[in-house]
Amino acid sequence: MPPNAPEDLSRTIETLYRSESGRILATLVRLVGDLDLAEEVMHEAFAAALETWPQTGLPDKPRPWLISAGRFKAIDVMRRRARFDAAQSDIALQLEARVDQAPQEEELEDDRLRLIFTCCHPALPSEGQVALTLREVCGLTTEEIARAFLVTPATLAQRIVRAKAVIRDKAIPYQVPASQELSARLGAVLQVVYLVFNAGYSAEATGAELSREAIRLGRLMLDLLPEPEVMGLLGLMLLQESRRAARSSADGELILLDRQDRSLWNRDQIAEGIALTESALRSHRFGAYTLQAAIAAVHAESSSAASTDWRQITLLYDRLMRIQPSPVVELNRAVAVAMHEGPAQGLCLIDDLLAREELANYSLAHSARADLCRRLGRLPEARASYEKALALAPQQAERRFLSGRLEELK
Amino acid sequence: MKYICLGYYDPARHAAMTEQEREAMFDECFEYDDHLRVNGHFVGGEALQPSETALTLYWKNGKVATTDGPYAETKEQLGGILVLEARDMNHAIQLMSQHPAVKYGTIFEIRPTGDMTEITNASEQRRRKFIAH
Repeated sequence: MPPNAPEDLSRTIETLYRSESGRILATLVRLVGDLDLAEEVMHEAFAAALETWPQTGLPDKPRPWLISAGRFKAIDVMRRRARFDAAQSDIALQLEARVDQAPQEEELEDDRLRLIFTCCHPALPSEGQVALTLREVCGLTTEEIARAFLVTPATLAQRIVRAKAVIRDKAIPYQVPASQELSARLGAVLQVVYLVFNAGYSAEATGAELSREAIRLGRLMLDLLPEPEVMGLLGLMLLQESRRAARSSADGELILLDRQDRSLWNRDQIAEGIALTESALRSHRFGAYTLQAAIAAVHAESSSAASTDWRQITLLYDRLMRIQPSPVVELNRAVAVAMHEGPAQGLCLIDDLLAREELANYSLAHSARADLCRRLGRLPEARASYEKALALAPQQAERRFLSGRLEELK
Repeated sequence: MKYICLGYYDPARHAAMTEQEREAMFDECFEYDDHLRVNGHFVGGEALQPSETALTLYWKNGKVATTDGPYAETKEQLGGILVLEARDMNHAIQLMSQHPAVKYGTIFEIRPTGDMTEITNASEQRRRKFIAH
């Protein structure tokens, strides 16, 4: 192969980093048995590529080249450490012994799954799981993740340092959990993916990027572990993402489902989301993500809020309440009942809910109540509930929306 | 990305080391610097002479004033700087946490370099306009 122009090559290497670093890191973690060391030598392997490839040309198989370079770098590091710490020399020897075994493609995919389960291990704090997954599995930098979550790089860097310390101190193994604990552990992974997605759903500036990353993770999980709930979650994310262009106006104002211009919904995402949801439902082994996806699918198939099959949505919420009861699910169910049986019935349910106080500080409960009061012509009550919601709303866009509604009632 | 690592040390503790301990420390540290250099992480670095050699300069009552000694008199003093090339903050942390100076008591403050490109360009434009008028 003829040598490529250096600037082309450095671009190729950057692209390769984006697409391959997750896989390469995962395999190196298995080979060297240490996340920090694996990461360090992976960076060095990429640095070596930048130096070597302009002379030798791009290798036929860059990934094995990088893995092998990383492995040799790890041996160098262990040897260097062994000079000051005898205990390290055994590890260097072990590594050298394994140098000739080229990993199989299948094994590489397993490595990725192992790394995901480690990053989402329940022993890690939730913030740490999210940060670690985005950095180690998706290949984002500390600074990129910090920007997306609106924290300083130093704060985010510490979350990663602490999460890695937990992995080290508790000697969390790099492995896919055995089948009897798989479903619980898979739940933790899916929760991290959905947390990333939701951070992207609500974040005002950098949202799209995080949601894309979550969907990418969902696809990766589906490739590696095609369980019904993985399908359900990916379906749910695609169906929610399909409304991105419709759920805010050009000047950033929030537009609720009933007022969205449905011609702006992304049909490809809807088709894929519905297909995934249907296969998950057919398995009869689905869970809460699949049910939420099924609800989103009913909306996606309706041409307007009025023509939506609210009875079907209410039934799906009933099932969701059985497997994952929560006041928020109950609130959503009450809204569906209001659409199906009338605002008075919905209001009854919401008032019961608010009386139990679990949702007393949840702005969406008050704005849902306000909306039903408005539809019933109980305007002073509607105003009072909008005001409560406004005082509790965490996001600018939501506050602007509520102020707009209050204006309309004056 | 470039990160500046400011290394702080306790001069009293350093003075109390034996010659042999000091040599061992330097050997380990320079060895690690070489490792960083080989892998393209060591962009630059300088050791500083003791803080007694410092002179601090500032503006006071409409003119430049100077005092001898460091700006901040603290137990730990800035002993050197290292400019590190790393992919991100956690990569920088990982590289510096292995620096042997750490276990000999050096405290590293790691800071990303600021990107001044936009500010510089804007300033250049203002200055060009000024010359044109």
